Amino acid sequence: MIAYIVRRLLYAIPILVGVNLITFTLFFFVNSPDDMARIHLGIKRVTPDAIVKWKQDHGYDKPLVYNKSALGGAKLTDTLFFRHSIRLFAFDFGSSDDGRDIRYDISQRMWPSLAIALPIFLVGLLVYLTFALLLVFFRRSYLDTAGVVTCVVMMSISTLFYVIAGQFLVSMLLRLTPISGYDTGLAAIKFLILPVLVGVISGIGSSTRLYRAFFIEEINKDYVRTARAKGLSELRVLFRHVLKNAMIPILTGVVVVIPLLFTGSLILESFFGIPGLGSYTIDAINSQDFAIVRAMVFLGSVLYIMGLIFTDIAYTLVDPRVRLS
Amino acid sequence: MNFQPVFLTTDILIYVLLATVIGFGVYASHHAHLSAPWRQVARRPMAMAALVVLLAYVTLGLMDSVHFRRTQNGPGTAPNAYSGEVMSLLDYVATPLRVRVERTYSAPFAAQAYTMETVEYPDGRRTREYPRLQFGGAHLKELDGRSADIVRHTLWATLSGLALWLLLVFTFSFAWRKREESLALSARRFWRGESPVPWRTILAAVGVLIVLAVNAIVLSSYYHILGTDQVGQDVFFKSLKSIRTGLVIGTLTTLIALPFAVLFGIMAGYFRGWVDDVIQYFYTTLSSIPGVLLIAAAILSLQVYVANHPETFDSSMARADIRLLFLCLILGVTSWTSLCRLLRGETLKLREVDYIQAAHALGASHISIMARHILPNVMHIILITVVLDFSGLVLAEAVLSYVGVGVDPTMESWGNMINGARLEMAREPIVWWSLVSAFVFMFGLVLSANLFSDAVRDAFDPRLRK
Repeated sequence: MIAYIVRRLLYAIPILVGVNLITFTLFFFVNSPDDMARIHLGIKRVTPDAIVKWKQDHGYDKPLVYNKSALGGAKLTDTLFFRHSIRLFAFDFGSSDDGRDIRYDISQRMWPSLAIALPIFLVGLLVYLTFALLLVFFRRSYLDTAGVVTCVVMMSISTLFYVIAGQFLVSMLLRLTPISGYDTGLAAIKFLILPVLVGVISGIGSSTRLYRAFFIEEINKDYVRTARAKGLSELRVLFRHVLKNAMIPILTGVVVVIPLLFTGSLILESFFGIPGLGSYTIDAINSQDFAIVRAMVFLGSVLYIMGLIFTDIAYTLVDPRVRLS
Repeated sequence: MNFQPVFLTTDILIYVLLATVIGFGVYASHHAHLSAPWRQVARRPMAMAALVVLLAYVTLGLMDSVHFRRTQNGPGTAPNAYSGEVMSLLDYVATPLRVRVERTYSAPFAAQAYTMETVEYPDGRRTREYPRLQFGGAHLKELDGRSADIVRHTLWATLSGLALWLLLVFTFSFAWRKREESLALSARRFWRGESPVPWRTILAAVGVLIVLAVNAIVLSSYYHILGTDQVGQDVFFKSLKSIRTGLVIGTLTTLIALPFAVLFGIMAGYFRGWVDDVIQYFYTTLSSIPGVLLIAAAILSLQVYVANHPETFDSSMARADIRLLFLCLILGVTSWTSLCRLLRGETLKLREVDYIQAAHALGASHISIMARHILPNVMHIILITVVLDFSGLVLAEAVLSYVGVGVDPTMESWGNMINGARLEMAREPIVWWSLVSAFVFMFGLVLSANLFSDAVRDAFDPRLRK
């Protein structure tokens, strides 16, 4: 088991290197530091001096991969590639365009993100599984048909609609929760209720339908018929047999997103003004702060790979047939 | 008047896609094993009703994909203010909607402006009032008659729509009737839905659409039926123009991603070994980059590129078009990995099957085995994924435009409409019609796509086939 995890971790390194190369190509070759400076200083009427100065201020005035003018090892280390790409592996993200330490910002902002993403994840999972089991229990009835139709309708509605309708209905008309904002400690709860509610509701359609499909697939198998033939009650069959076996496909989709909960939700955070990593990312994109975007890309892929490893471990926990080797 | 055709890049790709679909349709209709699942789809009333709605969207989208430029030196034409500008067929057909621009916001069916303005009369008197709109409800002499006027027009439009529909049903039933059958019998057969293809549902859906369309056409020539936006543009027209953007994102993205996914997926599963390792590494790397960030990075790069090459992208339309295409491309890059993974898994299973082994033994080459034996047998996976992805991509466009990395801000799209409506929601009283129109139009497309794709999946997935 430990050997397997170590090997998976080692396997993650080339992937991270690949991610780094892709971002480096996108941000430095396709989009040279000169272009970056031009974007920030305004596309037209930029003097070459202003570009040079901007690059100096932000540490982009080095050669890309090989520095001829430096000495010894500095030939390789005193370059953009080393300073902006290799250092990411040490989680050294450098500073953003307005001079703030990105690592500090991320460590501060991941908690609000988690405070909204974790409840959505847990409550959502509970709600979706409950609904799906309910539909399966009443399968081939009008309730089931109505439920599936509702799911299809709900998944055809844009997430943005849920957010805007939720804010309008709950905050503006009923005045139950504040429209947006965030607070520290327990005072944050009143700000979190609506985003969590919206987050859970916007996922009901697709997730319930997916889980129902997993359950239906299991329920048609022979061992379920055997269980019924033994005289087990339908509820017992559902919970003891169907739910347990449907756990494998469900886990595939669920476990992989657990680490990514830290990076938060772009839409919810920016709509509800929550100072998490999602709104951090959006702000970075809008102000074209490439240093933050690079850091978030790296962080996102690290967390995704962790999610893949967790998924494999989770398989062995729920399915005794799966052995890691 | 002279028309000079203009081909945008996305237009050409749309034509290619259309030609492929038609070509496949003709080919499949001659091959029973290819057309059988489609016949199964055609028997589902819900799917066919959804198809009718989809086709209506596609027609509008295609009309909006035929672009041309009107030149001024045509014989005997008055100089036109819009000459020289690239227009689409939809722009041309909906010219009244396009040119009747108010000053600013106005509510649906309004005859007066939405905000109070100071009006100065010729005699020097000044009042604060809601001024009459320039075009919306301009035919009304008195404002009191507005509701009656709307009801009258609706009634008239509905009746003529129904008449048109009855004419259609009549023509259809003649074509559909069996030769020796009495009229009463065929009417009963039709009414009870005793036909393999659910004509009853299809015609009902067509009827609803015709009545809606006639209503929209009649009413929109007197009013702004969905109001106007901040710069006074008709929201109904904007919603119609957005259809093309949604359809392009939903279809071209998959079209671009498909060759990579199919080629790499089948190769990885078929050759295994180091080819498999390399391809797996490739797609794991790509899929581990957060999609939104990859799209953002690529779109930012494109902006720089376009800004540095102003001579290549001379018109704002060309810039918007290249951005749309690039968005499809990059969305394709982020979305091909899941299909690739599915195809790899399926090919791994298939390559051990007897007929592949037999093809090997007979000396078939790798390429011919992959193209002639494996590809046809994974076709259902490709088709199901393409159809299922469509609605997700349409929804994704709205989110990406909201984040600021979607289509060009000058391009009409539902995402841009929603994005623009965010500030309108904060006004008092709120301006809701832009937002609601965008959501309703998007919902119509996505819901019908979802219903249709369900039927396609049920028909093509061998596990679900009974």
